[in-house]
Amino acid sequence: MNVTSINARLMQGNQACAEGAIYAGARFYAGYPITPSTEIAEVLAERLPQVGGKFIQMEDEIASMAAIVGASLTGAKSMTATSGPGFSLKQENLGYAVLSEVPCVVVNVQRLGPSTGGPTAPSQGDIMQARWGTHGDHPIIAVSPSSVQECFELTVKAFNLSERFRIPVLMMLDEVIGHMRERIVIPAPGELDIFERKTPEVAPSQYVPYEPQDDSLVPPMANFGEGYRYHVTGLLHDDTGFPSNSPAVMGAHQDRLHEKIRRGLNEIIMVEEAETEDADVLLVAFGCMARSAARAVKEARAKGQKVGMLRLITIWPFPEEALRQLAEKVKAIIVPEMNLGQVVDVVKSAVEGKVPVYGICQADGEIIPPERILEKIEEVL
Amino acid sequence: MFAEIEQYFRTERLPHIWCPGCTNGIIVKSIVEAIQKAGLDQDKTVIVSGIGCSSRATGYLNFNTLHTTHGRALAFATGVKLANPELNVFVITGDGDCTSIGGNHFIHSARRNMDLNVILFNNNIYGMTGGQYSPMSPSGAKATTAPYGNIERPFDICNLAIASGATYVARGNSFNTRQLTDIIYNGIANKGFSFVEAIASCPVYYGRKNKLGNAADMLKWQRDNCITKEAADRLPPEKKQGKIVTGILHHEPAPEYTTEYQKIIDKFQGGEES
Ligand SMILES: Cc1ncc(C[n+]2csc(CCOP(=O)(O)OP(=O)(O)O)c2C)c(N)n1
Ligand code: SF4
Repeated sequence: MNVTSINARLMQGNQACAEGAIYAGARFYAGYPITPSTEIAEVLAERLPQVGGKFIQMEDEIASMAAIVGASLTGAKSMTATSGPGFSLKQENLGYAVLSEVPCVVVNVQRLGPSTGGPTAPSQGDIMQARWGTHGDHPIIAVSPSSVQECFELTVKAFNLSERFRIPVLMMLDEVIGHMRERIVIPAPGELDIFERKTPEVAPSQYVPYEPQDDSLVPPMANFGEGYRYHVTGLLHDDTGFPSNSPAVMGAHQDRLHEKIRRGLNEIIMVEEAETEDADVLLVAFGCMARSAARAVKEARAKGQKVGMLRLITIWPFPEEALRQLAEKVKAIIVPEMNLGQVVDVVKSAVEGKVPVYGICQADGEIIPPERILEKIEEVL
Repeated sequence: MFAEIEQYFRTERLPHIWCPGCTNGIIVKSIVEAIQKAGLDQDKTVIVSGIGCSSRATGYLNFNTLHTTHGRALAFATGVKLANPELNVFVITGDGDCTSIGGNHFIHSARRNMDLNVILFNNNIYGMTGGQYSPMSPSGAKATTAPYGNIERPFDICNLAIASGATYVARGNSFNTRQLTDIIYNGIANKGFSFVEAIASCPVYYGRKNKLGNAADMLKWQRDNCITKEAADRLPPEKKQGKIVTGILHHEPAPEYTTEYQKIIDKFQGGEES
């Protein structure tokens, strides 16, 4: 971090996420209050009009998700934030944004549950919903910060990825990260890269809205109201944007949605390795659990145990390649997660039996402490 | 196609998917005539729709068009309009789309009074899914899911709009197209939430199920059963029994949402930005 840009503050994760959104250029927020995400709405209700942006509290989460898609089509970087029950309600229109390729950022500050569950209890229980919550085959990008600083910076990246790949990006916080207060340094303007959506370079009469112009397969996107009179629909469609029942057209549309993400994996996948060079045991963790895991690595190392960590910053698409390379080197993998086994199964399938994979899974609203991870390390070593 | 309004259509997308005798096309024509009469800039006009036969209209209209999810058109439109209040935003919706799955969005949109022009195509039935009853199917009407007659009571959607705070509410039908065009046009002039219920006919499902005759018979029914508000106001109550009142039912301007929001933004103009 550049010390000359100092703007250090004590901040809560949710607030950092909101401030990161403003920094990224977000100018539209629609949401419905729900614990433990509400501070994001409250901060943006205050901040957005100060920078010429718009905030609206909608009648529910379905409407909030719809409103940010509408706003994004006019060119405004748009965001909503929610938690468990609200995340469920957003799913249909989230799928709409995936299919019609409308950039937006959806924050889910995960809480325990299904249903109303434990509104103030932390959890990492929506990882699979983030992947498969909306119906049908679809790609998605989901990222998860582990610190307040990262809430800020990853929100900026989430907007960048969303605008770059024309896909909703899910910011998967958890109650711990959302409500934790830490010192953060707000980057100076210009310090972090900001990606602006590619708009068409051709005249309206030449514009084919869903025709990719390069190998990225991400078509340029015209803002509503600028003379490009095109059609946006949730029906599978051809490059012109108009619906088609032809299996060839529908299949090609589905394929391109996935392929554009596959081609962008280098940009999308973010992981962090710690002490992995000589590790015998690899911890795979994300979000608040990466903090417990980091502590466990430190204490294990102090005891002379060779333990390292792969921290998943991007969760979807799953960083399979990074994991596979490490699986070649280690003797065991441990996945501590605050759910009853969501990421651990993905890890198992990615390493294809090369090394044993153990989960430490817990869904009671308590953080899994480093001690439990250390016990497991003892057990598997 | 009428040359005067051809510019508003994506003629290459025609013919449309609607059945012969469906009046959706008639209502769409009134919408574009009202847009033309109001002189709206085609590039600054967005038409949003939900899901249903009527909502397919956006595919044929030469504007920025947004065909959304079932019931949610108003919520998408709210995002479009608030993000860029310069745009003229229209919403095309069906009776199921607007009053059933979209009912909550409807009352809240009316209450907020954002400058949206909503045209509800009321054919009293779910057309697209093949003739199930809707919250606007009259009591006793037959539908595939009401084989013994509908035991529910329909909404008076215009009254609901008024009660919810809509600042302009009107009703028209697909027979009296001059009136329909006029009430949509007047709605455009209202800066706020403008709601027009356009009575439509679906001869294929609603008509057939309820033995209402052919498409022409259904239009004649509209002609014979609707009376204008002006006429209704002069009639004694017993003569109004069973009649559907058309025309401008309510117009009471109130502060418009995006204008009010802009005032908040303006407070910060020239102030420090961080
Ligand atoms: C969430 C969801 N539920 C159900 C449907 C199926 N569906 C499509 S159109 C429709 C009803 C349409 O009726 P209406 O809004 O009255 O429009 P019309 O077809 O009569 O013009 C339904 C139930 C859907 N597309 N999405
Ligand atoms: S089913 Fe009814 S509403 Fe749908 S196109 Fe046919 S006639 Fe029109």
